[in-house]
Amino acid sequence: MSERPNVRIVALLCRWCSYAGADLAGVSRMKYAANVLPIKVPCSARVDPQLVLKAFSEGADGVLLAGCHPGDCHYLKGNYKALRRFQLLKKFTSQMGIEDDRLRLEWISASEGSRYADVVNDMTTKVAKLGRLNWRREIAIEA
Amino acid sequence: MKIGVYICHCGTNIAGVVDVAKVVEFAATLPNVAVARDYKYMCSEPGQNLIGEDIRHLGLDGVVVAACSPTMHEPTFQTALSRAGANPYMLQMASIREHVSWVTSDPVEATEKAKKLVEAAISRVSLQEPLEKRRIPVKQSVLVVGGGIAGIEAALKCADAGKKVYLVEKEPSIGGHMAMFDKTFPTLDCSQCILTPKMVEVVRNENIELLDYSEVREISVHVGDFKVSIVRKPRYVDSSKCTGCAVCSTKCPGKAPDEFNLGMSKRKAIYVPFPQAVPLKAVIDRESCLYFQKNICKVCVKFCSADAIDFEQKPEELELGVGAVILATGFKPFDARRVSEYGYGKLPNVITSLEFERMTSASGPTAGKIVLKDGREPESVAIVHCVGSRNVNYNVYCSKICCMQSLKHAHLLKEHLPGVAVYDFFIDMRAAGKGYEEFYKRVMGEGTIMVRGRPAYITDVPSKPEEKGKLVLVAEDTVLSTVMRYPVDMVVLSVGLEAGEDAKELAHTFTCSRTADGFFLERHPKLAPVSTPTAGVFIAGASQGPKDIPESVAQAGAAAAEALAMMGKGYFELEPYVARIDEDLCSGCGICLDLCAYNALERIPETGLTRVVEALCQGCGACVAACPSNALDLDGFKNNQIMAELEGILA
Amino acid sequence: MKPERTKPKLAIALGATCSGCDYSLLDLGAGLLDVTDQVEIVYWPTGIDSKLEDLQAVPDRGVDLILFDGAVVNEDNLEMARLCRKKAKMLAAFGSCGAYGGIPGLINSGSPKKILLEVYQGLPTRSDKAEALNFEGEDALPKMLGQAYSLDQVVDVDVYLPGCPPPLKLVAGLLTDVLAGKAIPKGTFYASNRAVCYECKRVKENKSIDAIHRYHEIQPDPTRCLLEQGIVCLGPATRGGCDAVCCTQNQPCRGCMGALPHSEDSGAEMMSALASIMELNNENKEADYTGIFDGLNDPLGTFYTFTLPKSILGRRKVDQS
Repeated sequence: MSERPNVRIVALLCRWCSYAGADLAGVSRMKYAANVLPIKVPCSARVDPQLVLKAFSEGADGVLLAGCHPGDCHYLKGNYKALRRFQLLKKFTSQMGIEDDRLRLEWISASEGSRYADVVNDMTTKVAKLGRLNWRREIAIEA
Repeated sequence: MKIGVYICHCGTNIAGVVDVAKVVEFAATLPNVAVARDYKYMCSEPGQNLIGEDIRHLGLDGVVVAACSPTMHEPTFQTALSRAGANPYMLQMASIREHVSWVTSDPVEATEKAKKLVEAAISRVSLQEPLEKRRIPVKQSVLVVGGGIAGIEAALKCADAGKKVYLVEKEPSIGGHMAMFDKTFPTLDCSQCILTPKMVEVVRNENIELLDYSEVREISVHVGDFKVSIVRKPRYVDSSKCTGCAVCSTKCPGKAPDEFNLGMSKRKAIYVPFPQAVPLKAVIDRESCLYFQKNICKVCVKFCSADAIDFEQKPEELELGVGAVILATGFKPFDARRVSEYGYGKLPNVITSLEFERMTSASGPTAGKIVLKDGREPESVAIVHCVGSRNVNYNVYCSKICCMQSLKHAHLLKEHLPGVAVYDFFIDMRAAGKGYEEFYKRVMGEGTIMVRGRPAYITDVPSKPEEKGKLVLVAEDTVLSTVMRYPVDMVVLSVGLEAGEDAKELAHTFTCSRTADGFFLERHPKLAPVSTPTAGVFIAGASQGPKDIPESVAQAGAAAAEALAMMGKGYFELEPYVARIDEDLCSGCGICLDLCAYNALERIPETGLTRVVEALCQGCGACVAACPSNALDLDGFKNNQIMAELEGILA
Repeated sequence: MKPERTKPKLAIALGATCSGCDYSLLDLGAGLLDVTDQVEIVYWPTGIDSKLEDLQAVPDRGVDLILFDGAVVNEDNLEMARLCRKKAKMLAAFGSCGAYGGIPGLINSGSPKKILLEVYQGLPTRSDKAEALNFEGEDALPKMLGQAYSLDQVVDVDVYLPGCPPPLKLVAGLLTDVLAGKAIPKGTFYASNRAVCYECKRVKENKSIDAIHRYHEIQPDPTRCLLEQGIVCLGPATRGGCDAVCCTQNQPCRGCMGALPHSEDSGAEMMSALASIMELNNENKEADYTGIFDGLNDPLGTFYTFTLPKSILGRRKVDQS
């Protein structure tokens, strides 16, 4: 584990499903990589693409966006918006050279603790393989 | 800003993996942190007192508790803040148990992760603002949708507590499926006999307004004050005049399959649904009525001594306001035609369990006689469990009641037809309720042959002379490990329970979610089985999942209790996570308006700009993320707060 | 003879620019003469016969207002930007290029060196391949910097006049304020704090679209909101102050006035808004959104036409080598 680059993945988890799923992974004592750092949002629809871009520009090597399965959103239709925004955002981040595996959307329900753990481990492995992103927003100008 | 940071050991749950001392040391170095402590059990009384004392003596205005998941104890610590005089929303929890100590093997990595989450929480709480829960007054009335046993029970309980109840039933009579049963397991009570007194009570109760033959058209889901539009379908009979004598029915020439008897007999175009119907009034079915179809007849008018026929009757629209809603819309039986290998709908004498109930009912299509299509009594009957259930091709779940129903049918067969041979085909025998196992033993003792095997198919093609004229069930008796052929005269398919035909539409109308199998979604499968994530909307009975009568009644009482608790309190507290619009930034582009699933955004006619209807806002933030001007923000989950949390994590 | 009161000094300098912004000053028409009456233009290569030495000769902070027109892409631009900062009392980023990087900012979708070589050597349609580009010696081309920058990414900027070109009335507004000696807080944008939609007269009915159309693919209703008709208009995420002139002329807004006050990234704002309203009427468990954005092949170019260097990511990831 120590040879692997210490990548940091920000996970934006919706309160009702994916955060609860992550809780369940904890309750079930499932072990997963420590590289994923969770932030709780009320709904996957709360996630502004600007936040995702900010994460990358501030040092995140990967961003995981997780919400309820289609049809199960606590706020009825939030996850559909999250999905559509994600699709357009992915197109843009690809154009900007951010590799596919670094930005990921997953549907994780409150009962899917093991799925959360699997996704975390899988994403960590993939992002670690790509290495640190080290996004440089501006090239410093020499005097 | 003075922030107090509290790191919980949670016994060894956290401290066994995370180096708590290091986290405390780290937290103390961060900006705005006035004090950083650790304690064995922060949720305990002394733990909470630590926070309270620091708030009082150090003047803390923000608190971070790094412990278990906020889902667990956020309310606990919010209360601790309130009691100490601080605003409960000046709290942020970092879950270093469920998200760190319980899931990370390496203690060093765990400690690092804990530090990051604590830093993120501190950054976030620095930008948090005091918030107040929203109090919404609750109307003192309930809407119960569905007049089956669960709906009736819920209505009676609420009415007995002095609340006004509107009971809406889409059929012309209440009673639901229970009214169609003959006897109920395991006591073999006559279903109608125990149900009818309750049905009558509904009509007698002053607090219950029965809206029979009615449907909910629309509802604005607004906890405490649900605005409901109901349409009362026209009976073409004036209920206030009709005495239920049913003379009209005897004279009517129009005929149609009788729905109550599942099409096994015919009813007239004008009919009273069944003898114990409540309300006991006639109703005209347009499709089979000669007047409506051909403009002739009108015999009913001629013979009605109460002058109750009214062909001009129009649907009536009602607008109601209620404080709570209980959905008790029941189930629909699995359509046995889908299992084509059982020949239902093709082979005569293959019937469903519900059809068998009608058959054994004294007031049913055969006056209580168990007979084949040609009128003979069967000499042998097969009962098949799990039709449509426990099957990846249809429904994966178990429908719970069919084993007991099958045993009951086996018993009734032996009772009605003393010499009959009964074969009961089951996979597992589910007899878990009170008195259920005893009933099973009893039925076994009566001579029914129990075969552990799911029949592969039913055929009328004989393979030997004895099978001629019989229905042959081919099944593997798994105990004997032998495939056998069972020639019988009649087969009763114990069909499973499915979500009602209108469940999808109802879910949409009432802002209710459904689980993958189509039944209404409860708030929590263990601890909140009758409430839904939508505040003020409760569910009961088979609409929540397959269950028997005692469970339906219990859930109905539970749902009534929840509704009564809400009404008793008089107000409902909504979380303060509300969207807010900066009027100076809004351009009136309107992008947010249709995004809201709760219609909580509206255009201001005078300015063309947008405003938030606070009482409707559920705080999801969909509009906030979409607003291209960042004019919208969400209290409690503000852009700057989430950004601060992100920066803390990546610091 | 009464001594003439010294007129305020004005300079208009060029970075990486098409010169459209300072040409647009000619649209002041006769009003330009009013301006020239009241100010002393010490340097304006496009407009008057002036040399770089004229600007260099002015004492530091001696020019009351310098309008810097253009982005900073090569060393010449950088030198000019620094010179202007030195000589200006008030330095304005004049036009979207100065304010946000503008269209030259799209260089950040690749690397300047690569793009230069592509244009001057790589294009298959060129019959005369340019000689090896010469960056040294007397006839040297200015060296390209690592990326395109907005003015404030290389020097301190006092005031911003976004727009491609900036709406004249806003330019006039700044000139008037400077001439009146008004105190202008550092970082002021001469633009509206509300999006273009606020000024746009098109009728807004309901924002839910089923498909994205290029402008020529349909016959847009001239009275109704263009975005509602499926045409990508960046109005909702773009500062107004321009009176929505493009939308009024049946052209969708391309976002030249840049992001609104609380937004850091107008492109991301618009992508979020567009994706939110796309297929809003088709939200159910069976909804399949595969390929709904196939008509939008170039989000980078579409949403960041003028603002890429100032966006959150700033530039495409370039390999370290």
